[in-house]
Amino acid sequence: MNFKNLFAPHTVAVIGVSISNEKHPANVIYNKNNLRLKAKVFPVNDRGGIYQGEKVYASVVDIPEKVDLAVIATRAEVVPKIMSDCIRAEVEGAVVISGGFAETGNKDLQDRIVSIAKEADFAFIGPNCLGIYSPPYVDTFFIPSERIVRPERGKVTLISQSGGILVDHIIKLAGEGVGLSIAVSIGNKALIGEIELLDYFANDPETNVIAFYIEGFAEKEGREFVLRARQCQKPVVVLKAGKTPRGGQTVSSHTASMAGDYEVFASALAQNGVVEAKDEFELIPFCEALCCYQNPITGNIGIITGSGGHGALAVDACFSHNLSVPTLRDEDQFEVKGKLSPRIQAIASLRNPIDLTGSAVDDDFVVAANFLSRREEVDCILILLLPYVPGITSDLGARLSQIYRQTNKPMIAYVPHVEKYLMFVEGFQLNQIPVAHSIEEAVHMAEALRRNQPC
Amino acid sequence: MLTQEMKDILSASKETGWVLEPQAKRLLSSAGLTVSRFFFATGVEEAIRLAKEIGYPVVGKVVSPRVIHKSEKNGVELGIDSERKLRETFHRFSKIEGFVGMLVEEMVSGIELIVGAKNDYQFGPVILFGIGGVWAEIYRDVILKMAPLIQKDIDSMTRCLKARPLLEGYRGSNPVNFEELSKLIMTFSNLVMDLEGDMDSIDLNPVICSMERCVVADARIMLRS
Repeated sequence: MNFKNLFAPHTVAVIGVSISNEKHPANVIYNKNNLRLKAKVFPVNDRGGIYQGEKVYASVVDIPEKVDLAVIATRAEVVPKIMSDCIRAEVEGAVVISGGFAETGNKDLQDRIVSIAKEADFAFIGPNCLGIYSPPYVDTFFIPSERIVRPERGKVTLISQSGGILVDHIIKLAGEGVGLSIAVSIGNKALIGEIELLDYFANDPETNVIAFYIEGFAEKEGREFVLRARQCQKPVVVLKAGKTPRGGQTVSSHTASMAGDYEVFASALAQNGVVEAKDEFELIPFCEALCCYQNPITGNIGIITGSGGHGALAVDACFSHNLSVPTLRDEDQFEVKGKLSPRIQAIASLRNPIDLTGSAVDDDFVVAANFLSRREEVDCILILLLPYVPGITSDLGARLSQIYRQTNKPMIAYVPHVEKYLMFVEGFQLNQIPVAHSIEEAVHMAEALRRNQPC
Repeated sequence: MLTQEMKDILSASKETGWVLEPQAKRLLSSAGLTVSRFFFATGVEEAIRLAKEIGYPVVGKVVSPRVIHKSEKNGVELGIDSERKLRETFHRFSKIEGFVGMLVEEMVSGIELIVGAKNDYQFGPVILFGIGGVWAEIYRDVILKMAPLIQKDIDSMTRCLKARPLLEGYRGSNPVNFEELSKLIMTFSNLVMDLEGDMDSIDLNPVICSMERCVVADARIMLRS
């Protein structure tokens, strides 16, 4: 199956466009693609006619050009026929938006479209989904454009069983300034599920990190998924829903009782180096951190700050996440001291955390980061930035990112996210250094880097 | 690979839905696991004769297809040190629902661990390892990994347990034999892969570990329905 045409089609047929109902999902999809996206769009409806001055084709087979992707948003009963038409017209693949399949008990109907597709080696996403958000090529979400918040183009790919959760996270990525590559809502995942997409995006040069929202797997599908994710060179992040056990289940062995569905799920992910985001607050920061740094760390943290309190809180957070904060040797501390601004030399504390005090300037942060980046005992650096320290400028992010590029030692910044300081945040983010909202979140990001390896 | 004896035990237990302790131990033993020395007695005189052969003190356990958790039914008696005590115990057990006999076992001392397996719907066979005994579910100090395990998995399991210091010998007590423990877990993991089609879950609880050896002191195999 060729997925390329699903995500970067040149021509798209939107099947189910209504002449009379402007709010029909197919119309929303047709309009947004026609007006704002790159692929050439053809409206299809078995009654034909004219829609917005364009000819409506009665069938996909009537379209005079070769169609790369069909978006099917019709009643469920007619989907098998439409899919057969698509195959006959040599369409490359489809997104089946329509609901009314396995999720409403119509498993037979779903099995029928799967067997039609399998026989013809025809790829389709869905049914019962929002489909594919892949700007600038195509967007099959039946959400009017003005209602969505669009992140910048980036290297995070999101895949979700739930369309609603997916849209939410697209919005959150935009809010955090984290770029999105492609988002896929897989719905009932009748033919193409997490495993197939993992394999595809593992080889997609536009993707650095693959994040999943997963409710559950079919029989032994979870095993296959984690084993493939283990082979994948890119970080894989999973947010799992349905962690609480169903009530009333009687379990007769200690093992079955202690190895509940979620416990097994979480353990299998960790064993194979899949990073589990425990809740929705972790998913976006984990994507942000892992998008910048694909290599795992062992978890020895160097901390640079302008305030002793920030350093102390960071050490506590590291400790509670099983990250270590190694103390620097006296001679190393002495070496750093000599390079700092004379006015902070006597007051800075250099054991790690390195507290440069409120009198520090950009150069002092650069000296400290340069030093820690070259120490073997530290494999990740937290920069706890206080934008209200008078000697700090918004150039710092760019300067520190240069050090990362020279030494390859990951850095994670914390900057308070209020509008006034967004220039500092962007100073880091635009230079590919992840920025946390809190000290705790910065430590979480470091933990995500550590979890990105089989445990 | 399952031997004919193992297959026979499994098929004979199909109807009950689980493999009773004596048969479970026989199966484990033929797979290469060390189980505590035991005899099965259906009458009290036989039990006394077998206890003498093992040497007092012994452990008595009820065998009944109706009793999955023996200690919940008062079906385990530790430290039976005389014929009188053994008679008393046998008499008490014989009144437990579904009584078919009594196990007479050697007393084993050491740290009580649990080694278990579950056939998970989404992830297939998984292995559980942790602090065992009757209170296993209270402490819930366990690590899970997908089977088959590799040596690195076993090292990580024994390392990451909260009660790791207990295994290493806490406050002057002896450490457990890690080599034996790791061998036991590995053998079990391989057996579990062979049993994938038959089992629902397995408890080896407790597995009693000392400086010398690791012994499966109780076992139950719940079969797939």
